[in-house]
Amino acid sequence: MTNFSHPNNSQTSLKTIALVGNPNSGKSTLFNSLTGLNQKTGNFPGVTVDKKSGFFRITKGESFTSYRVIDLPGTYSLYPKSLDEKVTSEVLFDNKGIDFPDVIVAVADSTNLKRNLLLISQLIDLQLPVVLVLNMADEALKNGVIINEEKLSEELGIPVVQVNSRKNEGINQLKEKIASVQNPIKKFIDVKQLSSDFSESISYSDHIKMQIDAENNKLIEKRILKIEARDTLLRYDKIKGIITSCVRYEGKAKVIERSDTIDKVITHPFLGLLIFLGVLFIVFQSIFFIAEYPMTWIEDLFAWMGSSVSGILPDGFFNDLLVKGILAGLSGVVVFVPQIALLFGFISLLEDSGYMARVSFMMDKLMRQVGLNGRSVIPLISGVACAVPAIMGTRTISNAKERIITIMITPLMSCSARLPVYTLLISLLVPDSEGDGFFNKKGLYLFIMYMLGFVMALLVALVMKFILKAKERSFFIMELPIYRMPQVRTVGITMYNKVKVFLFDAGKIIIAVSIVLWLLSSYGPGDTFKNIETKYSEQLKTSDDAGKKEVETLIASEKLEASYVGWIGRKIEPAIRPLGFDWKIGISLITSLAAREVFVGTMATIYSSGDEENTMKIRDKMKMEINPDTGKKRYDEAVCWSLMIFYAFAMQCMSTLAVTYRETKSYKWASIQFAYMSVLAYVGSWVTYSMLS
Amino acid sequence: MKTLAELKPGEHARIVSFTDEELSLKLLEMGCLPGEEVILKKNAPLGCPMAIEVAGYLLSLRKAEAATVIVDFD
Repeated sequence: MTNFSHPNNSQTSLKTIALVGNPNSGKSTLFNSLTGLNQKTGNFPGVTVDKKSGFFRITKGESFTSYRVIDLPGTYSLYPKSLDEKVTSEVLFDNKGIDFPDVIVAVADSTNLKRNLLLISQLIDLQLPVVLVLNMADEALKNGVIINEEKLSEELGIPVVQVNSRKNEGINQLKEKIASVQNPIKKFIDVKQLSSDFSESISYSDHIKMQIDAENNKLIEKRILKIEARDTLLRYDKIKGIITSCVRYEGKAKVIERSDTIDKVITHPFLGLLIFLGVLFIVFQSIFFIAEYPMTWIEDLFAWMGSSVSGILPDGFFNDLLVKGILAGLSGVVVFVPQIALLFGFISLLEDSGYMARVSFMMDKLMRQVGLNGRSVIPLISGVACAVPAIMGTRTISNAKERIITIMITPLMSCSARLPVYTLLISLLVPDSEGDGFFNKKGLYLFIMYMLGFVMALLVALVMKFILKAKERSFFIMELPIYRMPQVRTVGITMYNKVKVFLFDAGKIIIAVSIVLWLLSSYGPGDTFKNIETKYSEQLKTSDDAGKKEVETLIASEKLEASYVGWIGRKIEPAIRPLGFDWKIGISLITSLAAREVFVGTMATIYSSGDEENTMKIRDKMKMEINPDTGKKRYDEAVCWSLMIFYAFAMQCMSTLAVTYRETKSYKWASIQFAYMSVLAYVGSWVTYSMLS
Repeated sequence: MKTLAELKPGEHARIVSFTDEELSLKLLEMGCLPGEEVILKKNAPLGCPMAIEVAGYLLSLRKAEAATVIVDFD
């Protein structure tokens, strides 16, 4: 087994397989069939495109060969049209690269052979060993498409194997072909045919590489475009002949007809919209409410672990570091797992069934008005639950500019972490007597906050649409795949991989920030901090259990005030005074940097209610707070609204910033996101406070 | 001279040529070849994009993109 987990071990030969095919050709399903859970998710060097690699081995008698499979982004041609597709071409052309394949497994959707053969024909001309997989062979048969496998293999000069990757059929035959495959026995077309300038010596990959370089250097000339068109036309010309001799069509195209029927309902002008809203409702409810149970369990588990650990270890620095720093940080990461798993489960279901393509199809016109794409809809909606999985979900947007805009505006959607903050502040705004009934002021205010986030997101998108330069042209030439039953295995593996990526990539940053915040709130400048405990030590000894608890919360509150965080809170008070905030709110703003919902907990500590579960108590204490400058209530209408606006717009979420950084692979976008949202929050709060006070 | 954008749902046409060279490359690789028959299956609820059947599958494209494809009505 050691050879398996250490593919670089020199004892065995390790061969690299590149999985290449059109989008929707069942490439990922085949990848899962070949490798099972033996997968790794990483990045291709320098780009944000996910690189999925997996391992398997082929045994032959006593010996075996290990294979590393790389699932390359789906493409329709080796002439790339998007960043994703460029990755595929670059890996296949770079014969010194670490991912350069020994074998290409070309995957074709058998129901749609003609269009799939274009890419296959280009792969043949790379003069690398190619095996053609006729995937979804059962579906093709149902559709009345009968492919003569041997004839096709003969015409193309490469081994061909029929596979039903969804049912694991044909996988062993595929492995046999992989073990024995040689270079193609003939070229599909001759590069010399493309232009009279080309000599005999130029290879097909060098030819396309030249085209990509020319494009990178903005040297696109009509002549080059013409060569590409000529290439495609020549290939299709030959493909037509091959289809005629290798494929028979019998009876009705049942699968396509069924898909047409489903489409009549799903993309119906009225019903389609209704179904879409229904799907959104179910996804939203699940992320919001079903995830709540496992999230509580996780929180309880960490609380139990915290109290166990602090019971075992002696009091002191390490105890606190472990419990309040590391464990608290870990809990803040793991608690997102249920939401991320659920959201990606749903996204995978919607993608695999073919529904997602229809959602993009229906919403494209609407989203285009503000510089977005039909594919931006799902991330934006998911952002209402949590921006972290939502931003990870923008991968489906192939246009770089549209994807960046979607990532940048998603955190403006009011996420579930803002809910406790809104709840507390709205309860200060609306007396209980007005908060009853189905339609009440509380509900209305909450709705206003959610709408505000959404409208602001669209406005920012509109602004960015004009500021950002498009590196590539936006188009919506997209395949609408036929409806297929989603597979439990594919959905499960997607959920597993996404959770893994989140835990290890974003998790590191979140834990680091939590530890820093803990350090800042547990230690203070000068002697004041140390003296707090001595001050109360007598009182602690003499009081009973109930009294002890009261004194302890008093200590916690004074400690926070004297800590570095408290010190920063006081330092920033002049800056936030125009917004109506005092240093106590300042402290909460800083601790909220870890996560917004920390606001309520911090308020609880500051107002020494001791019991953060009981918002009633904090609320009462906050209600009684008097502003010494005015002699009136501190939390009046102006301050409450100003604070809510601040939380609606401010980027107070390290997890989101960490994910933005991961997804864009640049500090630039994470910084811009932080900066523009901070400005928006400050100005929004200031305007609100000035208007209302 | 008519373009693909003028097709009504259910109507057939045959692709003749393209007016936008860059877009034509994408359309060509998606199987929209001169001489190929296309059927407009439907428009999106808001009128754009549109879904056409070409080369045995369903392809979605915006009206503006369809306007660069010159067709011959059957």
